[in-house]
Amino acid sequence: MTTKKKLIPLTGDQAVAEAMRQIEPDVVPVYPITPQTEIVMGFSQFVADGKVRTEMINVESEHSAMSACVGAAAAGARAMTATSANGLALMWEIVYIAASTRLPIVMPVVNRALSGPINIHCDHSDTMGARDAGWIQMFAENGQEAYENTIAAIRIAEHKGIQLPVMVCQDGFITSHAVEGVELFDDKKVKDFIGEYSIDNPLLDIEKPVTYGPLDLQDFYFEHKRQQSEAMTNALKVIPEVLAEFNKTFGKNHDMIEEYKLADADIALVVLSSTAGTAKSVVDDLRAKGIKVGLLRPIFFRPFPKDRMVKALSNVKVVGVMDRSDSFSAMGGPLFSEMRSALYDMPKKPIMKDFIFGLGGRDIFPEDIKGICDDLGAILKKGSVDSLVNYIGVRE
Amino acid sequence: MKQKEKGWKDIPIGGLIDKGGTAMEYKTGSWRTFKPVVDKTKCINCLQCWIYCPDSSIKAENGQMAGFDYEHCKGCGICASICPVKCIKMEKEIK
Repeated sequence: MTTKKKLIPLTGDQAVAEAMRQIEPDVVPVYPITPQTEIVMGFSQFVADGKVRTEMINVESEHSAMSACVGAAAAGARAMTATSANGLALMWEIVYIAASTRLPIVMPVVNRALSGPINIHCDHSDTMGARDAGWIQMFAENGQEAYENTIAAIRIAEHKGIQLPVMVCQDGFITSHAVEGVELFDDKKVKDFIGEYSIDNPLLDIEKPVTYGPLDLQDFYFEHKRQQSEAMTNALKVIPEVLAEFNKTFGKNHDMIEEYKLADADIALVVLSSTAGTAKSVVDDLRAKGIKVGLLRPIFFRPFPKDRMVKALSNVKVVGVMDRSDSFSAMGGPLFSEMRSALYDMPKKPIMKDFIFGLGGRDIFPEDIKGICDDLGAILKKGSVDSLVNYIGVRE
Repeated sequence: MKQKEKGWKDIPIGGLIDKGGTAMEYKTGSWRTFKPVVDKTKCINCLQCWIYCPDSSIKAENGQMAGFDYEHCKGCGICASICPVKCIKMEKEIK
């Protein structure tokens, strides 16, 4: 028997604001920035309406927003904020400090092109720039998933085997401002799932004074960085456990990666976030024509689920990586670099090609993705790749 | 200052110092270029030096100024400067 789902029309931003309402963090310091503004706008309405008891702080910049999160989290409060693009760039210094101080802050990030030239539309240059900051990074395909990831992220961040902050990413405007039918979980069920926030050494425990953020020079800095590295490695093991509990509680099917029609695929696309939705419809069309194509969508980019990817792509002969940002490394985008590194140890290495697309919100169409698949099909026949890095949708 | 320190598995995470009063264990005396020396024949035991010392390195016993904690004194010279009878001199450290 299937129960009828109750769907509510919400934008991706509104869905995340609903998740924050259900989480009801103790402290939320915020600064608005497009296209994240709807999250804090929606949440501030919940605060004004008395639907949450959160202490909301309207700070003067994102640098202050993350600083206040760090202070609140160290004090012993569950702290969240949200940002995009240049806002994330402005909080950069404290983004690193949050991770290295091991504070489990959860921050929805609505992906937007990082200036310049100034642009407010979607690409992944903002969070890809922060990939080495020590935060866990989740990328959602749609508003429903962004909502669910926000809830799961609380448990992941606060897990004693991890204790790292989490960025919950979704595509600016494409999902953040598009209205879709979102199924919200029961408020109490969410509260029971996330539980009470507790850290081992809250700064406000005056019975047991501790120091956060002391000077850490040649004698101990390296050891603390080694611990951070271990936490991220451990997260690879712990995240599936948390997701299993999430799935059991809410009847869902979350994983670190999504595998779509990969079992017998010769060629595979690898792509993050909303573009995976478009790409899956292209995969379906091509499958109907007998072309053996599949798709892998990394849901977690940090930690990078390498072993899962190797397993998922073990029989694939050609892999096309779609990057919604460029690293200006002269050897492709960040997803391509990491995928190529992950697959290096495979006994039968697939041929790989990078397709950089959608910068600054440039639309990507099914025919563009079909063109990529045609290209990968030709490589499969030929057995070699001509150019490693390619640009899709740019005017020549 | 060679000490056998603990490894990454045996220290609190995130740079946390999990108890108070640990500054006592951090010896900063070697930072000094000038060291304070008191002439107790002139000292009036007003304890202005004890009040002003930013490193709590003035020893006070029974209400009397009783010398310096040279393991923590960084040689800033505030005590010499504040002393109303100028009985503290800063002397070049010879090591």
